[in-house]
Amino acid sequence: MLRRLRKVLAVISIVAVTLLFFDFTGTSRHLWGWMARIQFMPALLALNLAVLIGLLITTLLLGRVYCSVVCPLGILQDTINRISIRFSSRIKRKSGRFHYTPEHRTLRIIFLILFFAGIIAGMTSIAALIAPYSAYGRIISQLGIPVYDAANNVLADIAQANDSYAFYHVEQPAFNWPLFIVAIVTLAVVGIMAWLGGRTYCNTVCPVGTILGYISKFALLRPEINTDTCNNCGRCARNCKASCIDPKAHKIDYTRCVACFDCMENCSTGALTYRLRTKTESKPNDVKHVDASRRNFISMATILAGAAAASAEDKIVDGGLAPIAEKKAPTRKSPIAPPGARSVAHLRQHCTACQLCISACPNDVLRPSAELDSFMQPVVGYERGYCRPECTECSSICPDGAIHPITAAEKSSTSIGYAVVDADSCLSVSMGESCGNCARHCPAGAISMIEVTRNGKKRTMPYVNGYCIGCGACENLCPVRPLSAIHVEGREIHTTL
Amino acid sequence: MKNIKSRLNQKPIDRRDFLKLMGAGTGSAILAGCTRPEADNKHDSNNGITGEMTYRTNSSTGDKVSLLGYGCMRLPTSSNESARDSDIQIDQEAVNRSVDYALEHGVNYFDTSPAYCKGASEHAMGIALSRHPRDSYFIATKLSNFAPQTWSRERSIEMYRNSLRELQTDYIDYMLLHGIGMDGMEAYNGRYEDNGIRKFLEDERAAGHIRNLGFSYHGDIKVFDHLLALHDSGEAHWDFVQIQLNYVDWLHAKEINPRNTNAKYLYNELDKRGISVVIMEPLLGGRLASIADGLAAQMKERRPDDSIASWAFRYAGSPERVLTVLSGMTYMEHLQDNLHTYSPLDPVTDDELAFLNRITTLMLEYPTVPCTDCKYCMPCPYGLDIPAIFAHYNKCLNEGRVATDSRDPKYAKARREFLIGYDRSVPKLRQASHCINCGACLSHCPQGIQIPNQLSRIDRYVEQLKQTPS
Repeated sequence: MLRRLRKVLAVISIVAVTLLFFDFTGTSRHLWGWMARIQFMPALLALNLAVLIGLLITTLLLGRVYCSVVCPLGILQDTINRISIRFSSRIKRKSGRFHYTPEHRTLRIIFLILFFAGIIAGMTSIAALIAPYSAYGRIISQLGIPVYDAANNVLADIAQANDSYAFYHVEQPAFNWPLFIVAIVTLAVVGIMAWLGGRTYCNTVCPVGTILGYISKFALLRPEINTDTCNNCGRCARNCKASCIDPKAHKIDYTRCVACFDCMENCSTGALTYRLRTKTESKPNDVKHVDASRRNFISMATILAGAAAASAEDKIVDGGLAPIAEKKAPTRKSPIAPPGARSVAHLRQHCTACQLCISACPNDVLRPSAELDSFMQPVVGYERGYCRPECTECSSICPDGAIHPITAAEKSSTSIGYAVVDADSCLSVSMGESCGNCARHCPAGAISMIEVTRNGKKRTMPYVNGYCIGCGACENLCPVRPLSAIHVEGREIHTTL
Repeated sequence: MKNIKSRLNQKPIDRRDFLKLMGAGTGSAILAGCTRPEADNKHDSNNGITGEMTYRTNSSTGDKVSLLGYGCMRLPTSSNESARDSDIQIDQEAVNRSVDYALEHGVNYFDTSPAYCKGASEHAMGIALSRHPRDSYFIATKLSNFAPQTWSRERSIEMYRNSLRELQTDYIDYMLLHGIGMDGMEAYNGRYEDNGIRKFLEDERAAGHIRNLGFSYHGDIKVFDHLLALHDSGEAHWDFVQIQLNYVDWLHAKEINPRNTNAKYLYNELDKRGISVVIMEPLLGGRLASIADGLAAQMKERRPDDSIASWAFRYAGSPERVLTVLSGMTYMEHLQDNLHTYSPLDPVTDDELAFLNRITTLMLEYPTVPCTDCKYCMPCPYGLDIPAIFAHYNKCLNEGRVATDSRDPKYAKARREFLIGYDRSVPKLRQASHCINCGACLSHCPQGIQIPNQLSRIDRYVEQLKQTPS
């Protein structure tokens, strides 16, 4: 009964969270975006006390049910475990394939310390490497979304052929080798551990599992073995994917029990029950939470190389399309954080690198960083699109408080960067074109074309006033390729105009 | 409606003039009435082609030319798309099939140019046509020396000789000075007079390498008048002239494009002189084949079995001085539909003419961009797909999918379909937002469209849609 309830909730939970990543239309995010917010790591980084207290109370009442029905990585491991049972021998399938192992406490503590050290040092992205929700986001966004988008595009092709607008094409995220490899490694490590040892990852590596594990030691309700009815068959232990039941001692390691209720289902004598605790345990282990400190992000300042200007081809015949070179990302002195992030440092410290904002961005502006200090966290780039004035998707979905909710009106007066003109490559200056595409498309009206005299010639040139919000429309729509003649430099701390 | 009636009342002479030109309008309608039931019997067995192709006689050489002329500017490509991307190849098999089918059903006039299909049209037509006896068809091609670097005598003659090579022939039946009037007198003089190319082509005609010499006209009327003046004075002799004629351009050319001249004037000037007329843009760049739904329904009510395009073809083929009507047929369906229309021609009646005038008036109230998809503006140096942008906008207008008021109950659907369709028809990088207003396209547009202004108008509309969800 309890086990079935756990399974139903788990399926709903993983499907809903996964849909948050897949749904590029944004509908699901408005309906159940909260499901990402109740994840432990995002709530911790957002200092979302309501969720943290809720999780604490739930764990103190019911044990680590979080790990069984909320955590998508935990549910993924259960799924892999289930598949692996299908492939194991008949005997193992019948009698169970696990056995009791003592806790690797040292390893657990080391990983926990590494995790907090990462956060304290401002290397949240490194800490996120072992955080379960981030790991799941990584797997889905790097391995799941490309497949999902490809399937969608097939449907869009069919819709287009039938003159329907039910499906539309989406652009595949840009492929990035390091991130892809990290996702593959994550899936492989978690997958192999789950295939061979059930919840080994959760009970050895996962910092959230460790924290909740030591809290759940004091849980009000928990499975207990009634030594009077127990016939010492050991079936419970052989079916415990957390390997936490010591059948000989009739003891359960509650720091590792994820409240999956498999043991109760497998007990033929009904000796195992989920009930109010009867015995008291030893003293609690304190888990400290320390605020992260700010860190400066100053990368090497590089001088922008003069970009080659597009030159008009001689028209001889009708038809055909001129080739368009891909835009290259300029070397920015300071990275750009999306509106709502408030500052680059704030984003770095609070982001769990779950990839949700990146998969939500409809304009292809956010992408995972490949830099070490912000690995997998979102960075802003305008090569494929720009931060459109009406869009607030990333801020409405971020579960960590790394990108705070922001309205379109607030966004229009929040400066996340400022545009810089490279006069040498600007078509208006260098070739005397009457381009002005940046000025025409600036949603803030911050760019005007002024008259200048360059090398004795009268030319126009974009002038950026103080109302620039750094949205990147100018950079994205600048005809100069591969490096735009106007580009955005990030503001380390966002300003309000 | 008041507007239409007053217009009809004001200009009854135009209609009568037109009827006179095309001969016994009502008579042929009765004849058509008689042949129709028989036509229906044959309909299934022969793809709707009901009888023999209508032929017209060239007053200059006596050629019997099929009223349907095969335009070779939109040849099919292997990707089953119109030839836009540079890497797409012409589907030679499909070209061969269409050419065989056309010849088999009486089409004998094939119109190409060194500029068409990014220069590949002549080559493909040479392959397809050389498989048939040379005296079973007429080849029309042009001296398309648009680019100033090809204005020199040597380059122009080389272009002409190359046409002969590509077309695998030693004579051209119909040779045209291409697009005179574009860029005015200066360009005409540069291309054909100062370098002696007109004289050269006349010598080639005298030598028998060119059987008919003529010109195609777009734009500045001064050049058209000048060339006819040369004809009158005996300094030149034009065997035929190619003009843009359709039921909109007959009297409303200026409303579509301020640089153009009414087809009525052009046709009458040529008719007076007994010069055969070849018709281009009978569909106004396809726009008369996909008119607004409400107007199309009216056409279907009158002639349920006929396509919307067939009205425009019957109109263009009706005047007697018309030698042939060119249609750029990409697919077999186009060819079959046009064969159906012209085998034989059922000329438009008095009543239908009035009806088409009403349709025209209504059409002009829709602010579509008068792009004919000729692609002369392409390639845009900044990579925009100009004709595709205009085609999408026009299509949405015609199908009622343009809404500006977000309180309109249809707004959400119209917005979604416009934006999704826009990304489908035009890759993001080639959309209107990337136009930098350089104006390189302006002088190439035979329709005189203010392309950068129109692109900017469409871009503003797209931006408004994006920023205003319903």
